[in-house]
Amino acid sequence: MSENERDEHTGVETTGHEWDGIKELDNPLPRWWLWVFYACIAFSIVYWVLMPAWPGLNGFTPGILNQSDRADVMAELSELQAQRGKGEALLVSASLQQIEADPDLQAHALAVGQSVFGDNCASCHGVGGGGAPGYPNLRDDVWLWGGSLEEIEHTLLVGIRTTHPETRMSQMPAFGRDGLLPSTQIADLTEYVVALSGREADPAAVARAAPLFANNCAACHMPNGVGNRDLGAPNLTDREWLYGSERTAINGQIANARNGVMPMWGNRFSPGVIKALAVYIHVNAGGGEPSIVPAAAPAP
Amino acid sequence: MTIIIDRTRERPAPSGPVSVAERQREKARPKGLYQARVPIYPKLVHGPWRWLKWALLIGMLAIYYITPWIRWERPGGLPDQAVLVDFAGGRFYFFMIQLWPQEVYFITGLLVMAALALFLVTALFGRLWCGYACPQTVWTDLYIHIERLFEGDRNARMRLDAAPMSFDKLWRKTGKHAVWIGIGFGTGGAWIFYFHDAPTLIRTFWVGAAPMTAYISCAILTFTTYVFAGHMREQVCIYMCPWPRIQGAMLDEQSFQVTYRSDRGEPRGPHKKAEGWAGRGDCIDCNQCVVVCPMGIDIRNGSQLECINCGLCIDACDEIMDKVERPRGLIAYDTDAAVAARCAGQKSKHKLVRPRTLYYAGALVLVSGLMIQGFRTREEIGVHALRDRNPAYVQLQDGSVRNGYTLKIANHGFETASIEIRYSGIPGAVLNSPGQPASNPLVVQVEPNRVTPLRVFVTAPAAEDEEGSEEAAFSIRSENRTQVVPTAFEYGSSPQ
Repeated sequence: MSENERDEHTGVETTGHEWDGIKELDNPLPRWWLWVFYACIAFSIVYWVLMPAWPGLNGFTPGILNQSDRADVMAELSELQAQRGKGEALLVSASLQQIEADPDLQAHALAVGQSVFGDNCASCHGVGGGGAPGYPNLRDDVWLWGGSLEEIEHTLLVGIRTTHPETRMSQMPAFGRDGLLPSTQIADLTEYVVALSGREADPAAVARAAPLFANNCAACHMPNGVGNRDLGAPNLTDREWLYGSERTAINGQIANARNGVMPMWGNRFSPGVIKALAVYIHVNAGGGEPSIVPAAAPAP
Repeated sequence: MTIIIDRTRERPAPSGPVSVAERQREKARPKGLYQARVPIYPKLVHGPWRWLKWALLIGMLAIYYITPWIRWERPGGLPDQAVLVDFAGGRFYFFMIQLWPQEVYFITGLLVMAALALFLVTALFGRLWCGYACPQTVWTDLYIHIERLFEGDRNARMRLDAAPMSFDKLWRKTGKHAVWIGIGFGTGGAWIFYFHDAPTLIRTFWVGAAPMTAYISCAILTFTTYVFAGHMREQVCIYMCPWPRIQGAMLDEQSFQVTYRSDRGEPRGPHKKAEGWAGRGDCIDCNQCVVVCPMGIDIRNGSQLECINCGLCIDACDEIMDKVERPRGLIAYDTDAAVAARCAGQKSKHKLVRPRTLYYAGALVLVSGLMIQGFRTREEIGVHALRDRNPAYVQLQDGSVRNGYTLKIANHGFETASIEIRYSGIPGAVLNSPGQPASNPLVVQVEPNRVTPLRVFVTAPAAEDEEGSEEAAFSIRSENRTQVVPTAFEYGSSPQ
């Protein structure tokens, strides 16, 4: 082996490599660096023995500690399920009324309900359940499908206008789109509905629309317009308007009849979670047994 | 009268013989950036101050070790330990007192009181804390005592350290360090009992079932006790502790400190039995005050940063004064002003009442008063009202408006409390809480020792189509005490 070139300034041998006139000195490694390097080698050997390390044809060497992140996660998950199971069992065994009346169970149901509501319901009904045009307000005392604990639970289970055999179902015809009524009559009916809710309307249009309402609407909305919960027909005499209270909104609904939907949550959540959600909604609507029929409104 | 003692200028070299400590110091004068430690071999001394230190050491260590074992019956499943910092349960128990995390200001107040008391005592009597009560000096004292048991007193220890390694030296050193570590372990071991139920922890600790924090705390305190009290000793006080530097702001010429009465002692010098005492001071330069000092200083140089005011040099000097048949008290708790007055041939007077001590005492009384008042008027039932903001209000079918609130009711007591909740400020408002039987006022049972969240709704008739906000308030009545929690009532017509 030939003698390597020596750098004339430092007296250190070069590695013999040269890049654009720059040469590399062959200085020894610092001792601390070497020791750290040796320690790393020693560590890695211990690591091969203890931990999963070498890939093979049918898997890998498991190491004598049998460490597995996957198994750890599975164990943690099953522990979490076991913990949740306790709360679930409590919610399933108690009735909705018991859950609401017991402060601890109510607090548990509210906590579960809030997180489930936030993830699944808030996108339509709003974070606080205040509703939006087309999506009912869940905080007031107007309930299209009933506001008792059991009715709320049932609505959650079967959904609205879903494929469930017991689903909450009503179907308002699209009088304009389907050509059932001409637009002039729809305009008259709009005035009639405005008059029903106690607002000022064109008396001539109201008079023209009275027989139209009796023929086309009264079957579901009742002759005096207070609605019928069994048929899912909203009360037209109150101040609550699912699709808007303006004349254009009412006119649009008569002509094109939107029929909103809600998924059935029964096949997504366990019975305990559904109950927690029902209690959460009921409590935040003020609790109690809201009535839907107000003092009979006279037909205009 | 103000006396300025100028320590910034170099003292003139003492004409008499230089003390051993001074010579050692000279040898160890910093030559680079670091001061080499001069080993200190404090000699055992007997006397009233030494006895006081022993008594306080035993008393304070007894309090430290016994306190976690005192039991205090509490109802329900609550811990029965008199003094307990319960991190898991989020409570601090001190006999009949129970503090919640949100009441940590009481502990802050206690620390402020302790600081002010320390200031006051320091202004009056110097660094009594350092000399008698500080854990660093107390444990160092204990460690020096152990050292003496194994290696003998000052001279024997110096000989032993200078001697080459032998079996005798080996077992003495090993034994000393073993006992030191044992004491350190005992110190750390006692500490963790303040954070867990002591009888349970002492069993789980040995079988490896105690919380990891217990082992870690114990290990850290074992290590720090062994290092601080066994090896670093006075260096902790001189280099690590801020107090010697802060205390200069509390001390003045009227503060009692361990003082060498230079008016009586100078000029010092060796004294032969046959000689008289005329024309010379009482100090015979025997160096006993230096050899007993745990800080390794010469008190005759005056008040200094290193002095912890422990009074061991007083005992040592009194012993010598008795032997040479001079009155005791050449070194004593005295003031700089008194020494200066006697130097000037006047009568020395002590002034305990000074503006400085009045400030500290006044501040202490004020803070204590606030603390006591705060504690006396502490509500058994604490209530916070959180108003729903989304939606802020809901309009009902009949036109009335409803607001939702969550009341967080904290029952600090140990018994279920029955409370009455009323709502005021809005005419015709009706209060209800889902799940609770309807009543007026709303009566709720609140479970002890926890926060109960309660959903409540207020329904009130509101003016048509008008938006706004009214001031309102919940009033909560429990056992003849009523507290008012202000809130607001929002109204308007439903947005839809």
